[in-house]
Amino acid sequence: MSTGVGFVPEHGISAAAGDARSASGPASIRITVAYGFWIFLLSDIIMFSTLFATYAVLKDATAGGPVGKDLFDLKTVGVETLCLLFSSYTCGIGLLSAEHGRLRAFYLCFALTFLLGAAFLGLEISEFARMVSEGAGPSRSAFLSGFFSLVGLHGLHVTAGLVWLTFMVAQTAAQGLRDYVRRRLHCFSLFWHALDIIWVALFTLVYLMGVQ
Amino acid sequence: MFGKLTWSAIPVDQPVPLAAGLFVALVMLGTVLLVTLKGWWPYLWREWLTSVDHKRIGIMYVLLALLMLLRGFIDALMMRTQQVMAIGAAQGYLPPEHYDQIFSAHGTIMIFFMAMTFMIGLMNFVVPLQLGVRDVAFPVLNAISFWLTASGALLVNLSLLIGNFSRATWLAFPPLSELQFSPDVGVDYYLWALQISGIGTLLAGINMVTTILKLRAPGMSYMRMPVFCWTALCSSMLIVAAFPVLTATFGMLLLDRYAGMHFFTNQDGGNAMLYFNLIWIWGHPEVYILILPAFGVFSEVIATFSSKMLFGYRSMVLATLAICVLSFMVWLHHFFTMGAGADVNAFFGIMSMVIAIPTGVKVFNWLFTLFRGRVRFEVPLLWSLGFIVTFVIGGLTGVLLAVPPADFVLHNSVFLVAHFHNVIIGGVVFGAMAGYNYWFPKAFGFCLERRWGIASFWCWLLGFYLAFMPLYLLGLLGMTRRLQHIPDPRWKLLLEVAEVGALLILCGIGSTVVQLIVSIRSRKERRDRTGDPWDARTLEWSTPSPPPEYNFAVLPRVRGIDAFWDLKQQGPAPGGETAHYEPIEIPANSPNGFVTAFFAVVTGFALIWHIGWLAWLGLLCALIVLFAFGWIPRHGRPISARELEHAEHARRVGSPA
Repeated sequence: MSTGVGFVPEHGISAAAGDARSASGPASIRITVAYGFWIFLLSDIIMFSTLFATYAVLKDATAGGPVGKDLFDLKTVGVETLCLLFSSYTCGIGLLSAEHGRLRAFYLCFALTFLLGAAFLGLEISEFARMVSEGAGPSRSAFLSGFFSLVGLHGLHVTAGLVWLTFMVAQTAAQGLRDYVRRRLHCFSLFWHALDIIWVALFTLVYLMGVQ
Repeated sequence: MFGKLTWSAIPVDQPVPLAAGLFVALVMLGTVLLVTLKGWWPYLWREWLTSVDHKRIGIMYVLLALLMLLRGFIDALMMRTQQVMAIGAAQGYLPPEHYDQIFSAHGTIMIFFMAMTFMIGLMNFVVPLQLGVRDVAFPVLNAISFWLTASGALLVNLSLLIGNFSRATWLAFPPLSELQFSPDVGVDYYLWALQISGIGTLLAGINMVTTILKLRAPGMSYMRMPVFCWTALCSSMLIVAAFPVLTATFGMLLLDRYAGMHFFTNQDGGNAMLYFNLIWIWGHPEVYILILPAFGVFSEVIATFSSKMLFGYRSMVLATLAICVLSFMVWLHHFFTMGAGADVNAFFGIMSMVIAIPTGVKVFNWLFTLFRGRVRFEVPLLWSLGFIVTFVIGGLTGVLLAVPPADFVLHNSVFLVAHFHNVIIGGVVFGAMAGYNYWFPKAFGFCLERRWGIASFWCWLLGFYLAFMPLYLLGLLGMTRRLQHIPDPRWKLLLEVAEVGALLILCGIGSTVVQLIVSIRSRKERRDRTGDPWDARTLEWSTPSPPPEYNFAVLPRVRGIDAFWDLKQQGPAPGGETAHYEPIEIPANSPNGFVTAFFAVVTGFALIWHIGWLAWLGLLCALIVLFAFGWIPRHGRPISARELEHAEHARRVGSPA
């Protein structure tokens, strides 16, 4: 990648005052990758915000079908939330362990992250299955279309995260903590935390406000 | 086994689409055959299909855009001809079924695969060179972006021969685009093609933002960046902010169509106006995604050919940023007639007028740059001058449409059609043509022929006025848009004038093709050995034409705006005799983009035709490809200091400097 800072001819050094930051030239690959991934996450959050807005518009369009109060089981969703929040914690600790080269702690933390994420996903799927079996599937009403798509998109992200996590653990085991592996682990951790942030919004706006 | 796909998908009973589809298929087969017979595949694969060089990718984007311009323009000509032929008792040659597909395809292709593709191509080619760096932030991702865009274009054109395209306009408005009213595969072609190419566009935007914000030559502070880089930055930020909305909105329409959901349906609580709001929250920024890079091109071209520094650099940057923000606050002016009430309409009307202010600032800056400059009337400048005049007219009719009561009358009329063609042809297409003529020598090392370039400009300019000024009048007379049949015979004359205009634009496109052929055939005489044929001001012209793979052997040090102009004033070129070379690494080729796009096409096609197993297979293969490329450690291609020195030395000796 074109991130190596090239040679600067001696006679050309005359950076103006206040120009110190850009005087150094292109940023390092580590910074560029993390920065690009941040921008991706922002775009992802915008995609979620579109679905949040849609849900807000369609919330009362129940077409005579069930409303949130009839469907949401806060106890299950609470357990889901705990699983996801704890998985973010273990993910963070795992990343720190990797940065310090403590591989065994890293594997343990990422295994826990995977289990917690999978538990979250399992609970979510069982909730979805229960609702569908009660006749409250996504095609029942506009409200339920919005609900299933918003929550389902988050669930899809968690699924993608679990696949990515598995891949990263395998790559770390096979290739060691090389620079590019570290960069990817960093991006993965950003991704996983972003899913947490979205879930907090989702839990509040959809579930807590939905059972009012 | 094959879902909805049967032999009846081939339109044997409809001669026009069949002929068009067969023609496209024959051209493609002929190209493949020619490449095979000549043994060009290894070269193509090595140098283009697997290239991750931003310059090559930029060139491929522009080539795709030019091809799609031809396709989209043929659609336009067919519609114009139909309207002339179907007045009063006459019915013309296109049945409504087909006519509706043509206007949907025309809009879709021109916006997504011509205008935007052209602009992203120019950004790709120019921005890293202007910033003084060796490539974009993520070169492989860049290739993936391009190939996904090409996949979308392929799917849209595939609908010519297999099945049919959408009849639900270029934005697939529900409830018409819902399964109930569009049960065939047309809307699915539209949606999957745009979902696939939309991912490519989003990734391109992320790549460009990261490149501009994180990779710049030493000393290139924000306020020293060429204006084109600023406009590319703002345009890319709009892509990052707007395209996820498009993806989500199309996703919901897909769920309606494939999973029986009720986002935008007439039944069970669906809300079609929700779609209008969402699609225009993407759609209005989209027009600025198109026009901002064009503004950047004009800024570069006008400064260069006036032999002056751009007037009001800071105000130009501020105006660009202002447009970037304001573009998200005007979406509702696309449907004042929704009935949101006077307060809401007044707000969006005023915001729509406000956004004209920064654009006005820009126009004055360009005029003052020309003022007392040593103006050279080369082809790129002609396009820019044509733009200033034309775009101001289009802007004024836009301000008129921003007045809600006026909009209630003009909504959905051909007045509106005239307005947006006025700004998109007069702005984006002229900008694209200016950029094409301006940077062509940098890309290929020889200049384009001048006379055919001038002919093309005048044909386009006059053709545009003849084709669209009558539509303003027709709109005021009450003609609505998208008419397959013209009920009022009094409109005949104006429609015929418009037809003549369209034919003149055809001459303009023909002149561009001839210009290219003539230039290639006489390329030896038009060789640009200086690297700077226009006496230009920004860093891309400090490199040889065409630039080496690594762009800059030694990254330039920037000391002000118009970095190359300063260097020319000071004497020795960057990397002169005293230069000291250090080894560099450039990204190695990767088939990732091409292979990913292949599986994207397979998956998209399978989803359009409801071929379940193939869709899963395609998706699985795409995932395997993703993981395989992620597993193999990538190494760059190192270039030693010695190689660099040899290459640079050979270049200096080779040129009569």
